[in-house]
Formats: sequence, structure tokens, C-alpha cells
Amino acid sequence: MTPLERLRAALRDTPQDEWVDAALTAAAERPETIRRSFAAAGRRVGRAPLPGVPGWTADEAARALLLAALPADRVPAETGELYRYGDADEKRAVLKALPMLAVGTAGLPLLHDAIRTNDARLLAAALGPYARHLDQAAWRQAVLKCVFTGVPLSAVNGLGERADHELAAMLAAFSDERAAAGRPMPADAAALLDRLTREEA
Amino acid sequence: MRIFDPHIHMTSRTTDDYARMAAAGVRAVVEPAFWLGQPRTNPGSFTDYFDSLIGWEPYRAGQFGIVHHATIALNPKEANDPRCRPVLDLLPRYLDKDRVVAVGEIGYDSMTPDEDDAFERQLALALEYDLPALVHTPHRDKAHGTRRTLEVVAASGLAPERVAVDHLNEVTADIVRDSGCWMGFSIYPETKMSPPRMVEILRRHGLDRMLVNSAADWGISDPLLTLETGRAMLAAGFTDDDVDRVLWRNPVEFYRQSGRLDLTAIGSTERTFAGSSIKRGGS
Repeated sequence: MTPLERLRAALRDTPQDEWVDAALTAAAERPETIRRSFAAAGRRVGRAPLPGVPGWTADEAARALLLAALPADRVPAETGELYRYGDADEKRAVLKALPMLAVGTAGLPLLHDAIRTNDARLLAAALGPYARHLDQAAWRQAVLKCVFTGVPLSAVNGLGERADHELAAMLAAFSDERAAAGRPMPADAAALLDRLTREEA
Repeated sequence: MRIFDPHIHMTSRTTDDYARMAAAGVRAVVEPAFWLGQPRTNPGSFTDYFDSLIGWEPYRAGQFGIVHHATIALNPKEANDPRCRPVLDLLPRYLDKDRVVAVGEIGYDSMTPDEDDAFERQLALALEYDLPALVHTPHRDKAHGTRRTLEVVAASGLAPERVAVDHLNEVTADIVRDSGCWMGFSIYPETKMSPPRMVEILRRHGLDRMLVNSAADWGISDPLLTLETGRAMLAAGFTDDDVDRVLWRNPVEFYRQSGRLDLTAIGSTERTFAGSSIKRGGS
């Protein structure tokens, strides 16, 4: 099963399955209907974690499926608009759906927007698999922002492979600042710094 | 004392206010869209503000265990500016959101033809999006403005029990009570309504359809005057249950008509701080 098929299967067990089917059909045939169905998804299917799909809630899954149901040529523009006018839950759903959509790098500005916010939920959602499109400098800054704002580094997709010498230097400088202030370094950041330092030695 | 402030502009308040409010028993707030003191000059200025009301501000409130909802509208003052009016076409983007529980603040400021048009169009949006309406009454020529407000509401087809008419006083309370609309009172340190006067109004008109708010914003105002009003009620012989009705159950009943009032996160900072979605998210 593809990730989208897994989300659809998991939503089959919710009481609003018929609404999902109707909304998906409408999104494919009359793309403008997504503006209302996308906003209403949480009220329709609920916001509970989806059994069998770790990391996804019912509303996020329904929203990802709606985006994927759009005619291919409408996906980049509608995705951008739904993010632009979305509340925090809708924005997070768009960010999480990006790796599953045929948008190429068109979603990159949304990632930059999310990383600029101080909303930890958006920052975390921006650092999923789609963050592979971020250039290395922007990605390092985003990782460091996670450490600053208390987002667990487990939210960062592919951290182990992508963390580099420059990130280690930034973490070391941050660790020095924390030590000077008499405040502890978050344990996951300290562990990452320790590993990167040992690899270089 | 648990307090639901049905009208407060938290965007203009600091985290110190949130901390004091949480300590005083404020568990839920509704933030109506209004003007910012400094006039806006384009629709984008509104959409960034609306984004804040449904994004950043609930997040900020959540850090203090306070649940935040919003009402969305083009306010009456800025309805007069042709540079701002195109935002009316963008409102549908926002009226479907989970945390939007009414269309508001709408109504009159100077009672111009442009205000008539924006008021009527937005009452129609409330019907279309199945939302209650929060209606501001003018500070100048208030009695006349309130009568005219009630005529426009009656003509709109929106049921009176789905409309709150706000910033009332001794002079305007009677006609709003008789209309079947909810009665909103903004308790201010110097202007509008004071806690002792509010107690007298509650004595005279009873507790049905009564909403008490601080309407705290960027002017001289105090987010704890809801609490002060509750204390004044108790001192005047009202019961704890009476206070709970005015400061909690009434606003819940009014905004619950939206079908979107979600109070499950009260007192929980989990979602925004540790963030259940964050814990579950990522690889």
C-alpha cells in the first residue's frame, strides 16, 4: 500500500466514511469544493489519532486525501491557497501531506513560512520527509530552531544522515551559550552533538 | 469561579494578562475581529490579522490553559474605507474554520450607507455559514443606533437568539431584551459599563440571555473586570450558581449555537507545549 492508501484504509473505520468518499469525489470533479471540505474535515471525521498510522490524526488524513484527490494540474495552486488561508491545523495537514503530493518543489515556500513561525506544531510538521528540498543552510537553521523552541529532534526526518559538521559547530556554540547562562542543553541535542563530535574525532 | 470572556481582544494583550486571567479563573475566551486603533489600508492587512486570530493567538492562549475561539468580520469603522471593503469577498475563506464561532463584530459605527451594506451582507453570511452574529453598537448616538441595529437584524432572517448585541447600557438594554437577541455588556474601568451598574442591570432584567465581557483591547481596559463583576454580584446577594450562569453557562450557550465551540482542551497545555502531535510526528 502507498502512504495515501494506508491513510484511506485507516479512515474506513471512522463513522464519517461516507462523507470522506463524497468529499473526495467532489474534489476530483469540482476542485473548488475543497475550500469548504478541507476546512470542515476536523468537524466531520474528528481529530483522534488514527490507529495503524502512527503520527497521523483523522483530520490530517482526510485533508491529505482531499489534496491528493484534486486534478493534478490544480494541486500546486490549491495546496498553496489552502495553506495561505488555513488555520494551524489545516496548515499542519498541508505540510504533512506535501511528500505525498505531485508538487515537485512548489511546496517549498510553505516550508519556509512554517519554519519562520514560532508555532512548534508547524515547525515540527515542516521537518518531515519533504524537508529534503530545503537547502542545507535553511535545514540547519530549522533544526537549531527546534532545539531553541523545545521541539523534540525526533520530529526531524533523516536527522542522522543529514546532520553535518556545520550543524555540530552550531550546536556546540549553543551549548556554550547555555553553559554560560547556567542552563542545561536539551538531552536530545546534547546527544546529537556528542555523536557528531565523536564522528569527527 | 470559572469565567468565559465572550469578547476580548487578546492580540492586544501581553502574556502577563494571560497569566493573570488564568489565575483568576478565565478558562475560555472569544476574540472578535475588530479594528486596531491604527486604520488598515488594504485587505491583506485583514487576512494577516484573521490568520493570527485562528493561528497564533489560540496557540498563545493554549500555553496558559485557556481555550481561544474567534469571530471574523469586516468591522463597521473600516467598512467605510473603499480600500478595505474587498475583504468582504475573502470572509468566506475564514467563516468555515473550526475555531470561528460567529460573524463579528459587525454593526454600526457612524451609520453610513457603506456600513448598512457591510452589515446586511455579513448578516447574510452568518445565515449562509450557519453562524451566530456578534453585533457592535455605536458609541455615539447609541440609542438610535441600537434601534436601527435591531431593525436590520430583524429584516435579515437571522433568528434573534443567534444574535448578540453588544456594548449595551441602561438606556439600550430594554429594547434588546424585548427583541429576543442576547444582551452584551462590556465592563470598562472608566467608560461603557462598571461592575456596580452591571449588578443593577442584572437585578432589573434577570439573567436570561445576559453576556458580560471585558472587551479588553489596546485602550484603557482590564481583562479581570469579568471577575470583579462576579464578585460584585456575590456581594449584592446573587448566588454562586447565578454567577456561574452569567460568566460561564450563558456565553457557552450562545456560542455553542455555532456547533464549533470546543472546550475539551481547557486547562491543558499539553497540546501546545509538549504537543501530542509533535510527540507522534516525524520519524
